[in-house]
Amino acid sequence: MLEVRDISIKYGAGDVVRGVTFELGEGEIIALLGPNGAGKTTLVRSLNGTIPITSGEIELDGVPLRSVSRRDIARKVAVVAQENETTFPVTVLEYVLAGRFANGSAFGWETTEDIAIAKDVLQDCDLDEYASRLMNELSGGERQRVVLARALATDARVLLLDEPTANLDLAHQAMMFQLVRRRCRDANGSAIVITHDLNLAAEFADRVMLLRGGEVFAFGKPKDVLTESNLNEVYNVQVLLDANPASGKVRVTTVY
Amino acid sequence: MTLVAAVSLGSERLALFDLSETQAAILFDIRLPRVLLAACVGASLAVAGASLQALLRNPLAEPYLLGVSNGAALGTMLAFVFFESFSFARPVLAFAGAAIATFAVYQMARSRAGMNVERLVLSGVIVTTFLSSIIVLLTSVLDAARLRGFTFWLLGDLSQATYDGFYLTLAASTVGTIVLSSQARALNLMMVGERDALDFGVEVSRVRLIVFGLASLLVGTAVAASGSVGYVGLIVPHLVRLAIGSDNRLVVPMSAFAGAVFVVLADLIARTAIAPRELPVGAITALVGAPVFIYLLRRN
Repeated sequence: MLEVRDISIKYGAGDVVRGVTFELGEGEIIALLGPNGAGKTTLVRSLNGTIPITSGEIELDGVPLRSVSRRDIARKVAVVAQENETTFPVTVLEYVLAGRFANGSAFGWETTEDIAIAKDVLQDCDLDEYASRLMNELSGGERQRVVLARALATDARVLLLDEPTANLDLAHQAMMFQLVRRRCRDANGSAIVITHDLNLAAEFADRVMLLRGGEVFAFGKPKDVLTESNLNEVYNVQVLLDANPASGKVRVTTVY
Repeated sequence: MTLVAAVSLGSERLALFDLSETQAAILFDIRLPRVLLAACVGASLAVAGASLQALLRNPLAEPYLLGVSNGAALGTMLAFVFFESFSFARPVLAFAGAAIATFAVYQMARSRAGMNVERLVLSGVIVTTFLSSIIVLLTSVLDAARLRGFTFWLLGDLSQATYDGFYLTLAASTVGTIVLSSQARALNLMMVGERDALDFGVEVSRVRLIVFGLASLLVGTAVAASGSVGYVGLIVPHLVRLAIGSDNRLVVPMSAFAGAVFVVLADLIARTAIAPRELPVGAITALVGAPVFIYLLRRN
């Protein structure tokens, strides 16, 4: 769905991202890991064209990204990022309906179908009571779920998630990943998730990319990437590895 | 209703029927164009304010406070000084002045970290005072007799209303309101965040160009016709949002309507409060607007 070939992104003096190549397949979830400043957000931002790449090529469904309009990109790629606070009194439903922008006419009003979709995702995100609440009255975690709901309200098949679980409690972290997984399975979607939670990555991602200094340090199945030596070298911490007793996936414990 | 009340009240009270010839002349030649112009100016300024606020994600953005009105005033003044015989030069240069001021404020207010309230308000203050000083310099250097009444006009003055001025502002406010309403759904996204808007399919730079262009047109024509009537673009959209929420598809057209009513009423007060003498209408709007501004700033 998304093909990334040898891209580099310059930002000021140096390269923030250098020589990254990968392909995101249908139904696949890739977790993007790496220390602060490794270029994760910049890389993800470039994948929907909101940060320009300096060299290389990104193709969306076989078409070079730079020749696709913002509207057409938005129909295929949706973003869940950290929400920036709004000064205007915007309701949760209005916020989520923004996700339908690229599907309707740019000038007009949402259709009853748009509203039905928005209400469905609000329910999925455990927000059915919140539709008419104001965004700036919600807690950080509640807002984060609204931001997810907005992305799920699109018809986009690719989801880009930048630390989607940062403000969420345990139950909603699981909910978030189950929703993303379900979308990848049922709608032939795929997702790229930036996270600092190595265990969530191991649990939910099909492949894991470990970035360091803007370059791919390791990329592959969670058990092949999340090794003691890799994590030690990239994060400079000691870790213990074993298996999650419930799922059998690799489990990482930091040694302090 | 407001229109009818505004037309009939004044230093001379007019019944709407059985008018004498003088009364009819006052009604149709002086008062009616004035009230109609007030309505169009109000609509223009309120719509410009509402859309600039959504675009800049800041409820304090206002043509007068951002220096846009002063840009237009300077343009009008230059046209008045250099192309006096060519009356169409006034709105044209007013538009140019407004556009340049808008662009200058925008460039100053944005930084790598984005745009915050303080930066925007400060840039507005700088552009406003800079343009004011040029205006003051011009008024003192140039032929005093020719520029008599200019200070009055700078504060917003509808007493020179003509049908020509009305037609032009009517055309501008109609086009501006329709086109900006058509961008309202995109503005709903921009209001939340420029990056969010990009992510969800808004051609941000195109919307920005449309809003800047039309806001300059609206402010330019309004100022050329009536001087800088301040704070309309601040108070009116704010009240509209309090009443009906933040959806720009409603806020933009409703601001046009409410802005028209607001300026017609302010002008009614301006010409009746100490009749037969007149106050500049801008003094009335500023009297109401400044406290609202402080309230909004504190709440931010």
